[in-house]
Amino acid sequence: MRLKLGVPSKGRLMEQTFDWFGARGVSLRRTGASREYAGAVEGVKGVDLVLLSASEIPRELAAGRIHLGVTGSDLVREHLADWAREVVELAPMGFGHADLIVAVPKAWVDVETLDDLDAVAAAFRARHGFRLRIATKYHRLLRDYLRAHGVADYQLVDSQGATEGTVKNLTAEAIADITSTGETLTANHLKILRDAPVHRSQATLFAARGAEWGDAREALAALSARLGVALPDGF
Amino acid sequence: MTGAEQLAADLLAKMQAAGAQPIAAQVLQPAETLLDLYGEDIRARAYVTQDPRLGEMMLRPDFTVPVVQAHMKGGAEPARYCYSGLVFRKQEGARAREYLQVGYELFAREDPARADAEVFALFSQLLEGRGLRAVTGDIGILKAAVEGLETSPARKSALMRHIWRPRRFRALLERMGGQGPLAEARAALVARLRAGETVDAPQIGLRSREEIAERVARLIADADTPPIPAAQVHALEQLLALKGPVPLALAELRAQDWAALAPALDRLEARLEALEAAGIDTATLPFEASFGRTNMEYYDGFVFGFIAPGRDLPPVATGGRYDALTAVLGQGRAIPAVGGVIRPEVLEALGCG
Repeated sequence: MRLKLGVPSKGRLMEQTFDWFGARGVSLRRTGASREYAGAVEGVKGVDLVLLSASEIPRELAAGRIHLGVTGSDLVREHLADWAREVVELAPMGFGHADLIVAVPKAWVDVETLDDLDAVAAAFRARHGFRLRIATKYHRLLRDYLRAHGVADYQLVDSQGATEGTVKNLTAEAIADITSTGETLTANHLKILRDAPVHRSQATLFAARGAEWGDAREALAALSARLGVALPDGF
Repeated sequence: MTGAEQLAADLLAKMQAAGAQPIAAQVLQPAETLLDLYGEDIRARAYVTQDPRLGEMMLRPDFTVPVVQAHMKGGAEPARYCYSGLVFRKQEGARAREYLQVGYELFAREDPARADAEVFALFSQLLEGRGLRAVTGDIGILKAAVEGLETSPARKSALMRHIWRPRRFRALLERMGGQGPLAEARAALVARLRAGETVDAPQIGLRSREEIAERVARLIADADTPPIPAAQVHALEQLLALKGPVPLALAELRAQDWAALAPALDRLEARLEALEAAGIDTATLPFEASFGRTNMEYYDGFVFGFIAPGRDLPPVATGGRYDALTAVLGQGRAIPAVGGVIRPEVLEALGCG
């Protein structure tokens, strides 16, 4: 059986992934016509390249349809319940850095921390008759984070894009989103809470615990030696 | 009929024989009511689904809410209800996602101590001979202790709001005692606000300038409130850690001579007498002051559980008093209520079905 390596199919994340592997003597490239999602691996035997949307890679890993996958650590935590049972982090790759943060209007001079946000949520609910709304697409990560910090009286509203605009549009009072530079937040009159972020994400090489490994173990051993990645117990 | 279903039927029949009227509840419950009660956390515990006309619905995570709603719509008083059916909870790992609950709920205005004792004694009798360990607690004592702190009403209500979140409660208590990272962050914020620091940003969103100004004023007033005395913080922490047989726990609490606790301790003593009268051996009955602070968010007085010692199993039974819940669901009306549930599958797993 050949080892299936899932990598992002387009954009900077794909290019940086190719560079990361290339710097370690494993060449990944797309093959065929420019719009065709096919790829090849050189420098190590028995490995097939599978080009996928970064957001589908967590699910494919959990289902065991790919053995290894490159995706953001935020996506794995968000899309997989109990993610550590499903996948193993083989290597943080040092690019694709982004923080999942909670932001509130800059005009809220009285709010700097989650401690403040919790107090404001209680007062907001008492005054407006509904729970303070936080717009995000990272429901699981955010809920776990707010529960761990004991924030109550909030509700999550789903926002799959342009999340920074929801406060101005009166569909949310606060937001939680990925940011790398914070420019979009500033432009939308928002500020980040001072607490540690919900999650510091980066592109990460994951291995699927539940995949059928069989002969692919040999390819894994060769690949990990080439990449200089230590394999955890059980692999 | 499976073993657990047989157990459930037997338990339900015994509850009926004890005077309870069987009551049914829909599996699909409006999500909004449950979300308003439990907050967003319930989404991590209950299954949510969508109805094209009714909106978000939840597979019932428990019976208490629909039973209270049914009673508030016009039940006689006092009332005793029993029920049996599946509940649905998301779980990590291999634990059951859907399981039976057999429950008993008592709504009565008179003599709360006797009502508490009636429910506990019934559960004790239903579960007799199963080798279970009973635990009791009393959220009312914790509430009385918070109410009795020498501090502002705003701080008391902030603590009260988080009684069921022990970590957050501790962090707040530390801040209000003037200690720890939250106190430092707060002091820095207040210093900036006092200096009249302004920000160059438009007001956006529903939260108005007026609301922001009000909280700024509250923050400054709070900074002028003296810290909660260290001795009181310590006493409260001691109280939270208290464990022992009920009579000893009561004696220990009385010995602290904490005036604010007296009415709650009188209630505990009255319950102790009622339990004795109901045939419970209270001399060895365990009391844990923090029991019921997690996962039992609506209980606000007497709480109890029956646990299989040394087994990695969920509690066989849990219950307690939830007077405040009836007020929330009753839209202005309220009635004291106490009840509990038994999980027949857990009983069956004990191998004494």
